[in-house]
Amino acid sequence: MEFNEKNKILTAGILLLTFTVYSFHLYSSLPRQNLAKADDSNGKLVWQDKNCISCHQIYGLGGYLGPDLTNVYSTKGPEYIKAFLKTGTVVMPNFKLSDKEIQELLGYLKNIDQTGKADPRTFTISYNGTIKQ
Amino acid sequence: MGPLSNKEHKLFKAYLLTALMLLVLGLSWGIIGSLQYISPGLLKQHFSFEKIRPLHVSSVLFWIIIASVGMVLTYLPSVTGKKLYSFKLAYIHLLVFIISTLGIYFAYISGNFGGREYWEFPPFFAVLIIAGWILFLINFISSLSSFRNQPVYIWMWMTGIIFFLFTYLESYLWVIPYFRKNLIGDLLIQWKSNGSMVGSWNMLIYGSSIILMEKISGNKETGQSSIAFILYFTGLFNLMFNWGHHIYTLPTAPYVQYISYAVSMTELFIIGRIIFNWKKTLDTAQKNLHILSYRLLLSADIWVFLTLALAILMSIPGINVYTHGTHITVAHTMGATIGINSFILLATITDNTEDNCSNLLHYHKIINKGIWISNISLLVFWCSLIGAGIKKAIWQTAEVQNSFSMMMQELKPYFIVFMAAGISLAIGLFCIIFPLMKMKISCIFKK
Repeated sequence: MEFNEKNKILTAGILLLTFTVYSFHLYSSLPRQNLAKADDSNGKLVWQDKNCISCHQIYGLGGYLGPDLTNVYSTKGPEYIKAFLKTGTVVMPNFKLSDKEIQELLGYLKNIDQTGKADPRTFTISYNGTIKQ
Repeated sequence: MGPLSNKEHKLFKAYLLTALMLLVLGLSWGIIGSLQYISPGLLKQHFSFEKIRPLHVSSVLFWIIIASVGMVLTYLPSVTGKKLYSFKLAYIHLLVFIISTLGIYFAYISGNFGGREYWEFPPFFAVLIIAGWILFLINFISSLSSFRNQPVYIWMWMTGIIFFLFTYLESYLWVIPYFRKNLIGDLLIQWKSNGSMVGSWNMLIYGSSIILMEKISGNKETGQSSIAFILYFTGLFNLMFNWGHHIYTLPTAPYVQYISYAVSMTELFIIGRIIFNWKKTLDTAQKNLHILSYRLLLSADIWVFLTLALAILMSIPGINVYTHGTHITVAHTMGATIGINSFILLATITDNTEDNCSNLLHYHKIINKGIWISNISLLVFWCSLIGAGIKKAIWQTAEVQNSFSMMMQELKPYFIVFMAAGISLAIGLFCIIFPLMKMKISCIFKK
């Protein structure tokens, strides 16, 4: 394939246009709310403010020093989470969260829990290499 | 790319010394972080891991970005045959970077975070970085005499600059409630932007590496060849669409997975080409191995092969479901940022130092040792992360699981190797960095 100036501009133009359309399609069709639970609490901001993601994961995304917390709300329950948040652990500092912050954080973990399962054992692998839950 | 003018060299020196200092800091934070893995609770009171990790990540990413911007600004006049449009803009951009870095350091230390995965800090600093980047864009475009018939590296730099701007802005869409409140949508957009942003600074770095390769090989046609443009467009295609492999397990529309999976497989073409050209690479290596910058470029070539092979495997959803959330992902990131990005940048800095300062002959031995130590250590470091990742993957998929803390205990031997290799890697890189810094500071300008 000869890449003359016209071909280069054409290729770049097609790629750019496709990328722009794909990006805006994704922005306008974010996962439906029954799939991607809407979060009206401030819990996510508490999660970000304390930088929880540097050690913990949500859907396997995050740091690896602590466990994945996507489904911790349903597997361990709110009291278990509260105990950790109030005292910290050998590795995790006690962030001295207020009761309100703890409630908000629990709200976030409850909401994220309802969006789906992060456990790799719940996925099936198709013959063509794709996965589904 | 040969000797620079006095003015150009001063600018390059300012960028490079700043970047190298950040690399030294980044490596130091990295060592502390690895110590925290094997000694839980270390420095928990004042420098717990949620502070150390962003300090390490931001320092290293600022090293990569500042060095690659400095490199583009320095190479640009020799490519266009025109002077840089504005030295003032370039210095203001550097100043903005320095102020942002100091501010971000202060924010982390005082416990103020952006709280996003990867490169994160309070949004105010993002505004500063965007403002500085716009100055860079203005300087770059104004320095070009024409957009026609430009070599591939100009296309790559232009792509890198524009896509960084776009993806960086995109990564802050979370400040808008529409995005932030949709928990899965927010993760989707975050990883769409992060995935492509990495591709954008890779474009800046790879563009500079082609120029250096042209110089070493003496073949000035590389930048205009069809194969260079085919590889560039393959890279651009992946930058735009292959980010989905970060989020295969998210409950998103299935087409996100299918598109990313299909696009990622086009990278097989790049890896096939590396294998096809292996013999040619070995011949070139025999001829140029005495050149320090070539040794670093050759190291990067080997790491391109290893990292790309791992990336392609991880892009297959059926494999990704096991590797995701494990240290295999970290191995991939380390291979890319150290083995590819840092080695290419150090190669271009070494070449520039030899061209513009009294030669590095006095330091050849120590730099050469540094190249060997860092490569061997990085390989051990990489393998230990893959080993830990495989062990964690087995744990993740076991019918009956031990507790998380027990699993982490079982990974300890891997973490010890990872920490020891990390320290040795830092020593190897220091053997390269410190002579370069010393030469740059006391540089007796050749012209």
